[in-house]
Amino acid sequence: MKVTLQINGAEREIDVSPMKRLLDVLREDLRLTGAKEGCGEGECGACSVIINGEVINSCLVPICQMQGANILTVEGLLRDGQLVPLQQVFLECGAAQCGICTPGMIISARSLLDTNQHPTRDEIKEAIAGNLCRCTGYIKIIDAIERAAETG
Amino acid sequence: MAVGQNVLRKEGYEKLTGAARYVDDITLEGMLYGKTVRSSIPHGRIKTITFAPDYDWSRVVIADYRDIPGDNYVALIENDQPLLAETEIRHCEEPVLLIAAESKHEAEIAAQHVSIEYEELPPLLTIEESLKCSEIIYGLDNIFKSFLIARGDVDDGLKQADHVIVGEYRVPHQEQLYIETQGMIAVPAKDSMTVMGSMQCPYYVHKAIKQLFNLDDEQTIVIQTTTGGGFGGKEEYPSMIAAHAALLAHKAQRPVKMIYDRAEDIAATPKRHPGIIRHRTGVMSDGRLVANEIDILFDGGAYATLSSVVLSRGAIHSQGPYKCDNIRITARAVATNTPPNGAFRGFGAPQVTFAYEMQMEKIAAELGIDPLDLRRINMLREGDITATGQRLTWSVGSEDVLNAAVERSGFIEKRRTISQKNNNRSTRRGIGLSFFFHGAGFTGSGEAKMKAQAGVEITPEGQARILSGSTEIGQGTRTIFCQIVADELGISYGDVEIEEPDTSRVPDSGPTVASRTCMVVGRVVQLAAREVGEKLLRFVAERFGEAEVKLIEGCFTTDGKRLASFGKAAREYINLHGELRAYARYANPPGIEWDDDTYTGDAYPVFSYGADVAEVEVDMDTYEVTALKITTAQDIGRAIHPILAAGQIEGGTLQAVGYGLFEELVWDRGRVVNNRLTNYIIPTSLDAPEMETIIVEKEYPHGPFGAKGVGELPMDGAAPAIAAAVFNATGVFVTEIPITPERLLASFESLQRAEPKRM
Amino acid sequence: MIHDSIVFSPTSLDEAYGLLAERSPGARIVAGGTDLMVLMNGRLLDAKDFIDIWRLNELRGVTDEGEAIRIGALTTYTQLIKSPLIQLNIPALAEASRTIGAIQIQNRGTIGGNIVNASPAGDSLPVLAAFDADVEVGSVRGVRRVSFNHFYTGYRKTVMKPDEIVLAVSSRKLKPDERSFFFKVGTRRAQAISKIVMAVKVGMTDRVINSIKIGLGSVAPTVIRAVETELLLTNAILDATIIEQARRTISREVAPITDVRSTEHYRRTVTGNVLAKILRQLM
Repeated sequence: MKVTLQINGAEREIDVSPMKRLLDVLREDLRLTGAKEGCGEGECGACSVIINGEVINSCLVPICQMQGANILTVEGLLRDGQLVPLQQVFLECGAAQCGICTPGMIISARSLLDTNQHPTRDEIKEAIAGNLCRCTGYIKIIDAIERAAETG
Repeated sequence: MAVGQNVLRKEGYEKLTGAARYVDDITLEGMLYGKTVRSSIPHGRIKTITFAPDYDWSRVVIADYRDIPGDNYVALIENDQPLLAETEIRHCEEPVLLIAAESKHEAEIAAQHVSIEYEELPPLLTIEESLKCSEIIYGLDNIFKSFLIARGDVDDGLKQADHVIVGEYRVPHQEQLYIETQGMIAVPAKDSMTVMGSMQCPYYVHKAIKQLFNLDDEQTIVIQTTTGGGFGGKEEYPSMIAAHAALLAHKAQRPVKMIYDRAEDIAATPKRHPGIIRHRTGVMSDGRLVANEIDILFDGGAYATLSSVVLSRGAIHSQGPYKCDNIRITARAVATNTPPNGAFRGFGAPQVTFAYEMQMEKIAAELGIDPLDLRRINMLREGDITATGQRLTWSVGSEDVLNAAVERSGFIEKRRTISQKNNNRSTRRGIGLSFFFHGAGFTGSGEAKMKAQAGVEITPEGQARILSGSTEIGQGTRTIFCQIVADELGISYGDVEIEEPDTSRVPDSGPTVASRTCMVVGRVVQLAAREVGEKLLRFVAERFGEAEVKLIEGCFTTDGKRLASFGKAAREYINLHGELRAYARYANPPGIEWDDDTYTGDAYPVFSYGADVAEVEVDMDTYEVTALKITTAQDIGRAIHPILAAGQIEGGTLQAVGYGLFEELVWDRGRVVNNRLTNYIIPTSLDAPEMETIIVEKEYPHGPFGAKGVGELPMDGAAPAIAAAVFNATGVFVTEIPITPERLLASFESLQRAEPKRM
Repeated sequence: MIHDSIVFSPTSLDEAYGLLAERSPGARIVAGGTDLMVLMNGRLLDAKDFIDIWRLNELRGVTDEGEAIRIGALTTYTQLIKSPLIQLNIPALAEASRTIGAIQIQNRGTIGGNIVNASPAGDSLPVLAAFDADVEVGSVRGVRRVSFNHFYTGYRKTVMKPDEIVLAVSSRKLKPDERSFFFKVGTRRAQAISKIVMAVKVGMTDRVINSIKIGLGSVAPTVIRAVETELLLTNAILDATIIEQARRTISREVAPITDVRSTEHYRRTVTGNVLAKILRQLM
């Protein structure tokens, strides 16, 4: 099946089996390995991407539904090889340890800040409740998102 | 100065941009995908293996134990665990066959067409069943290992005591739940085998592969890829999956990738040892511990693997950071027909810490002594003697952490007033304390035998490069090593890099475990850097004919006169001598003595200390326990990187919250039934308590810049602190974790039946 | 399975009806994927034939029909949470939607999916039960309405024919004297399957309960209504005694099991406690 979609601002056309997961299309066909598979059941959020403005687990999306979709992955955030402020704050706050949950966390944070510029700490926790982290205890991730919101 | 600063994580850019390459992100040309066919019964023999005739077997490569060039075992301690089962099956999910195919999907289809017929034997599935010995599945009595630690006269002590308090505590399996599952890629070549993947200990994998494939050191190449969490779960198991991938690669003569999905990972790989720990404590009315009889039973699973070492650490820590002159600690690790248990952060200590801290709570309650006072009366301080007869001489931050946690949390005041606010029947709040310690480095003579090695070399560009087998698994190894070397050499953090953990390029620094990476290997790295610095210093002194040369801010100077920059001097040295490199090896600080036979002496060069104060809210309608806040004070000697250290403390504390409230494996006849993330419950951001972290720095003179261990200490304290808080809130004294709402309801109802007036 | 799948993505309901008539049983409907894809990823479903209904905009939208609110089957939980019509008229449904999974799931999971998945633990189902919703079901044979409380015939079994598709669910609005409550006890605070889940719609005048409907999940093979308890409470004066009676009655009335997540005893006990807690709020 041929599917045309927008990935990180660029139009791409792919020809894959229609029920192939978006996660696998990203990782295998488009060589964007930022989104990760942590569970295959929509629990861990490591595969999170933004589709048409909404944060979604790409391991649960069949590619046949992505015709014309606008998708943002973690790779789409860089500006000329430079970290965007959100990424920089994550780095400075120690919000990434092993890094495997980080692409998904960044995407969820980005989705939150796109719609809510001044989230409370509780709203931040809600926004990342679908992203499991085993390294950080979430503290520095929440701190980083709070700071990113403050500094705009 | 880089040490003590929050420099940016060395590999941070890659991790923040999605560029970091974890093993499943790597694709090699001609690569096949491997799948493991595993036993579906816990105990028995293989009768037949049938390959369904309606599948085209030429599409795949199959390997079994007969394809192993070397001997069929995965090298570890006892070497009793086969790489692939031959006829005997000792646990569910035991690996039997390996299949490699052009795609993951194809490998799975092929695996579905293999059927194994078994002759089933009765399995031993619990510690109690193992001890009954209705079947013998290991040695003569199902006991992998036992220890005895004794001092003074415990029987006399119990007789002399004013009170004897007895307690029995149970702790469950716990899954490490690294978000990146186990994975390896093996690449065969004419006279070598390369394996790369997610791991903590490249040299463990190296040792196992060498033996299995009859290769020598140079022919075996092991490379760690960016690893998405380990927590001990990738200490020993990677040898198994690496060898599986390698065996398929060897047979197919093509690269093979093997990645576990979450269900296989949880079902088949090692877990924290579950245990039953019994305390019989003799206490005087004033609160002094005068006799301590402790019995520890750990379930090792089907093979010995690391059980002896987990048991050892557990036994040594089982008295806690308390003084007592009369002790008898007996410890046994027993065999069961379940997947072998193994390393998980804490490594025996979280289990026994739950027990000894709950025992202290029990003693306090029964004697009517304040729990904080009881700790103060009995705590180990500088100069005191531990259970193994070790005199604590340096870096004893025990009192400091207890005071800090108590003060910052407002423990004393809250403890007084919290019950007054519990008039509201619907939710009850409580506050509880735990006090704990953790020995850094290998137990006993481990480090002396290991002689961990690391090197530092200077590149022609004048940058330092660190050579070490220690791995980055999120805790910050790469960053802190670079900080240490930067300060040792007097150059900038940006001018220090670290070689990839590739066994063909870095020496064996020992495994990345046991809270040793900073304290032991960091120290060795520091010494190697020192030697390199001194070599260069002597060179510059000779070169300029100056006696008193110093390296100040990246420049060699004498008497205020600049001679040469570090980079320039290094380039000249290398032009002349070809290379500038030094290696160092670990040696114990002077005076460390340990007797393996009597299990007495200096168990660890130094201990790290911690104190947790947990505040909880218990919903009296649903029995859910919410951990509201944890205040934790941890003495880690020196925080090389304060944010990374706090990150270790916070992450470990939340894992311990999971241990105390949410996590357990559910079994059905020897197999795990909650092996998916929907049903193996780890905390989300909405379940995590707020945390206040206090880093106490009681410098350890033999660690790099005063640092000792931090990796595991945070895992030890939160579970008993929460249990103590639940006791404070509800009057329910739990002796088993996790404190699920179901268990709390049952305990509460028992309490109501026993003490109706209290409620 | 994935590699030789056949997928049709109809763009009109009629097209979908035709495909269903031709290809069922056997063809699986794909909507948001939050249930189906989990089964497929876990190799618990071996299907090759799919009908992807994601493009059927006819199945989207929350509309005010006067007496009732009509919710298109493809309405996501996020849409329910954000819908002013739902917040005002069926608030318990917005509350329920907030407790499902986490934001990633809420953005894709649909109410139609929750209904046809037929899990006893479906979190929106107790609300639909308590609100006496109606389910609109369509096929080549036309559209029919089934009362939600007669929709399930057994564990994961519905009255739907293999070639039918859920179009919408309609629910009466809260009346002026009515309030709704929703309570879920999960395995944790997010990404949790419920151990017990309850929705209550109650109409009161002063201390008298004019009507009460109690929908329950995870305590029986299907979503249920606690009819015995409703009977006890209807026309009763709300006081501590009746609350205690209600607690006992509902605990007895449910039929929970012990499973990987929880125990029968816990579910019974906590169902009673949760109802009591809700009733106390009304006093």
